[in-house]
Amino acid sequence: MTAEQILFLVTAAVMLVAAVSVVTTRNLIHAALWLIVTLFGAAVLFAMLRAGFMAVIQVVVYIGAIAILFIFAVMLTRRELRDRGPQLNPGWWLAAILALLMFSGLVLVLGGWQGLWAAAPAYPSEFDSVQALGQALVSPEAFVLPFEVASVLLLAALIGAVYIAFQRKGKEE
Amino acid sequence: MDFWRNPVTDWVSGLLVSWGLSPEAAHVLTAFLAVLVLISVVMVLDIFLVWMERKIVARFQDRLGPNRLGPFGLIQPIADIIKLIVKENIYPRGADKVVYDLAPVLMMMSVLLLWAVLPLSPILFGVDLNVGVLYIVGVGALGTLAIIMAGWSSNNKYALLGAFRQVAVMISYEIPMVVSLMIPTILAGTMGINGIVQAQSTWFIVLAPLACLVFLISALAEMGRAPFDLTEAESELIAGHHIEYSGMKFGLFYAAELLHAFTFGGFIAAFFFGGWRGPWVDQYPMLGLLWFLVKTLIGYWVFGWIRYTLPRIRIDKMLDLNWKFLVPFSFALLMFLAFMHSLLRGTEVYVLGMFLSNVVFGWVTVEILRRQARQERSRVEGARAAVNAGQKT
Amino acid sequence: MIPLSWYLILSAALFSIGLFGVLARKNAIAILLGVELMMNAVNINLVSFWRYLDPTRMDGQVFAVIVFAVAAAEVAVGLALVISVYRRRKTVIADEIDLMKW
Repeated sequence: MTAEQILFLVTAAVMLVAAVSVVTTRNLIHAALWLIVTLFGAAVLFAMLRAGFMAVIQVVVYIGAIAILFIFAVMLTRRELRDRGPQLNPGWWLAAILALLMFSGLVLVLGGWQGLWAAAPAYPSEFDSVQALGQALVSPEAFVLPFEVASVLLLAALIGAVYIAFQRKGKEE
Repeated sequence: MDFWRNPVTDWVSGLLVSWGLSPEAAHVLTAFLAVLVLISVVMVLDIFLVWMERKIVARFQDRLGPNRLGPFGLIQPIADIIKLIVKENIYPRGADKVVYDLAPVLMMMSVLLLWAVLPLSPILFGVDLNVGVLYIVGVGALGTLAIIMAGWSSNNKYALLGAFRQVAVMISYEIPMVVSLMIPTILAGTMGINGIVQAQSTWFIVLAPLACLVFLISALAEMGRAPFDLTEAESELIAGHHIEYSGMKFGLFYAAELLHAFTFGGFIAAFFFGGWRGPWVDQYPMLGLLWFLVKTLIGYWVFGWIRYTLPRIRIDKMLDLNWKFLVPFSFALLMFLAFMHSLLRGTEVYVLGMFLSNVVFGWVTVEILRRQARQERSRVEGARAAVNAGQKT
Repeated sequence: MIPLSWYLILSAALFSIGLFGVLARKNAIAILLGVELMMNAVNINLVSFWRYLDPTRMDGQVFAVIVFAVAAAEVAVGLALVISVYRRRKTVIADEIDLMKW
């Protein structure tokens, strides 16, 4: 077993434990913190896949912005910072069965695929994936249109979020 | 992206291989050792920084500072550390213990991780990450997380208020910081910090002084140091997010704050003042370390200078400054400098032209601000005159 | 060397856990946490396919970047909705937000 494989297995185990905690912990702040652990694990995996840019963006966007938004939202929707009572629906076992079915179905589909056990092709030396990504995002032959649409989506989300959460002055209750 | 590859580590891993280790294991072990050495050196430096900070503030306030223990009071920080270690460890009632303990560690980590990309000399750096600039911002996000964890787990409303403020500030000041870092990136053509240093045959402070200014301001906000230390505004929040911490846990927050300032002094040196560049570096690469440390210490001193000179800014004014001034300013500056860079690149007037375009840009900004301030003042004075007239009748 | 299957199975497991969270959780914010887990699983898939099929073609990473943008937009609007609902009805339990049921 190589160092890389050990690193992968440790990361994967941590991610899975954290992910299970995200969906089962009673304390929602802890759930958000566990989500951060999972997201960090994903960043480690991106780094192992030699996608350094994705790893850093994962930390900046997910941990720096999204996870902190979650923590804020949890705090803003509590009158006291405690969670009481069960946090799962009464029919949670149905959801568990469905999730298990989903997982086994995915594994089954993957098992029938040829390229599953393929090793990674050699990473081309002197290839800068950051530069290639930047060019792919803005070149008209590649992905400039989805890129622009994504920015319009972000703008729409920005305006929408401000509009929805905005509390007009003097209209408390 | 080799981690810690330089003559020293090559020699160590060669030694380990000759002792019978496999090359892979030797590489991993050397990397661990290198990280250990780097962190130890940085932490020892941190102890020295405590002394330096106290000396600087004393001089600014016309005092002598620590001068009893050892020559020039140099042993004073050691005594401070002993005091912190023997202090009682207090958990506030209702605290979330694991999160409470984790927060100071994460805070220190968010600063120490920055040293992985800091080029100390041409051959001595952790890793020349090709996304180094973004890495700084990502690690800053961990610091934000540490603060919110500390504020929440203390079960104290002042701590939580401080954490909210600091997070609001950090998230909003991240934008001008990223944009101002894009300017050295564009000028150097790479996001790797060592590459940026190598590209500075003319220091970027000459090519983009305004970007340096924006970075300085947003770095101050990111560190939460005065005049932006709203998170621990003593007069309003007592001590902000670390109000409930005692002993070495508080010590970690304090050490992280000082080291953060020093580290950002290093980044300002690397991005705008040529990092390890200096005379005779070509012959003796290790000399770069000396130049780098000198520049970093000057940056640290400037941070201290600002801290002990300016009064604290109110939180709403501070967010106004960011969203209404720094964000549009830095975006416009980025576009303008990128345009000028592509226009002038390769010509003889490149350096002069870039500098003059910065001057012109700054002058136009000041003019616009002056006009706006004049309008605002006449509006306020008009309103006041109307009120006065109303009172007289 | 790590085979592609390790990444794919890990992301399938993460996706299923996220699905469980979405279906079983009561709290609307916790449901959004589950959605984030699922999106991350997708991103791991996209990036590992980029690495294992052809690293010179950037399609996988571009898709992942767009997933990031969509996730940010989704969280901003979703949490704004949750906070807005909480202000009006003082609850974030998805079952109790049932005014539109009848």
